[in-house]
Amino acid sequence: MKFGIVSFPGSNCDDDAVFAATETLGQPAAKLWHKSHDLEGSDVIILPGGFSYGDYLRAGAIARFSPIMREVAAHAQRGGPVIGICNGFQIACEAGLLPGALMRNAGLQFLSMPVTIRVENTATRWTSLCQEGQRLTMPIAHGEGRYTVDAATLERVEGEGLVVFRYVDAAGEATEAANPNGSLDNIAGVRNAAGNVVGLMPHPERALDQLLGSADGRVIFESVLAAVHA
Amino acid sequence: MKSFHVSVHIVPRKGLLDPQGKAVADALHTLGFHAVADVHVGRHLIIETAAADAAAAEAAVRDMCGRLLANPVTEDFEIAGVSAA
Repeated sequence: MKFGIVSFPGSNCDDDAVFAATETLGQPAAKLWHKSHDLEGSDVIILPGGFSYGDYLRAGAIARFSPIMREVAAHAQRGGPVIGICNGFQIACEAGLLPGALMRNAGLQFLSMPVTIRVENTATRWTSLCQEGQRLTMPIAHGEGRYTVDAATLERVEGEGLVVFRYVDAAGEATEAANPNGSLDNIAGVRNAAGNVVGLMPHPERALDQLLGSADGRVIFESVLAAVHA
Repeated sequence: MKSFHVSVHIVPRKGLLDPQGKAVADALHTLGFHAVADVHVGRHLIIETAAADAAAAEAAVRDMCGRLLANPVTEDFEIAGVSAA
């Protein structure tokens, strides 16, 4: 199974995503330049973290118009797995692949720290090996991660089970104190209706080995591997 | 075709938390501007564009706002002015 990792000018987690595919999963991976029109036969697409286009205008706003995003959208439309991590989540929202938008953190500060998230939905290509309610620890590193959506869409997102991850405390409760950035309903990640596209602010590709504090990110990548092979 | 400057204000949608605006308001209060009730921080863009007339220039910029310049989920925009460049 081949992973395609899109590199935008300003992406800085693309190498980590390549590492997740090749070193952790033992799968082939290609970095796809944002100006390319070719997914090079990738079965799975990762939109990595970083600061594409310097976050000019709004995070992700300009990257969504990169030539390769047309191919990524077509891949998603065909049911191909896509994950947007951090800046990749912002890009996926701007591109309309996922509902909502990511705004400036409520506390204004850039946050770089480990968080605990709870798996809310396992009907996605990226959480198929997780248990509902399972808690995962992985780092966040963002200034604009406050998940926001209008009231009508929030009702749909919650009602249709599109919330995939929520920020929770050590006891697994989605409290205000456990919400690092002021996201609506503690939402850390969402999916599309079909479950092939998932976006999240925390970084599973930075939590692949206990040596780095957590290996909880592995299950995300192992899930997509199992889902595509199934 | 003539050249126009179109000026656009883009602001966070009313009712959404605007932490940047709140931080600026707090700083103004610290400076003694206690009459300040609220602050909203947005963006001001000046777009120089060719168009048949002022109305066409404004219409084009409204289209740009809808597709790129403003986020339809979180931001509102208003055309602040159109002038011949």
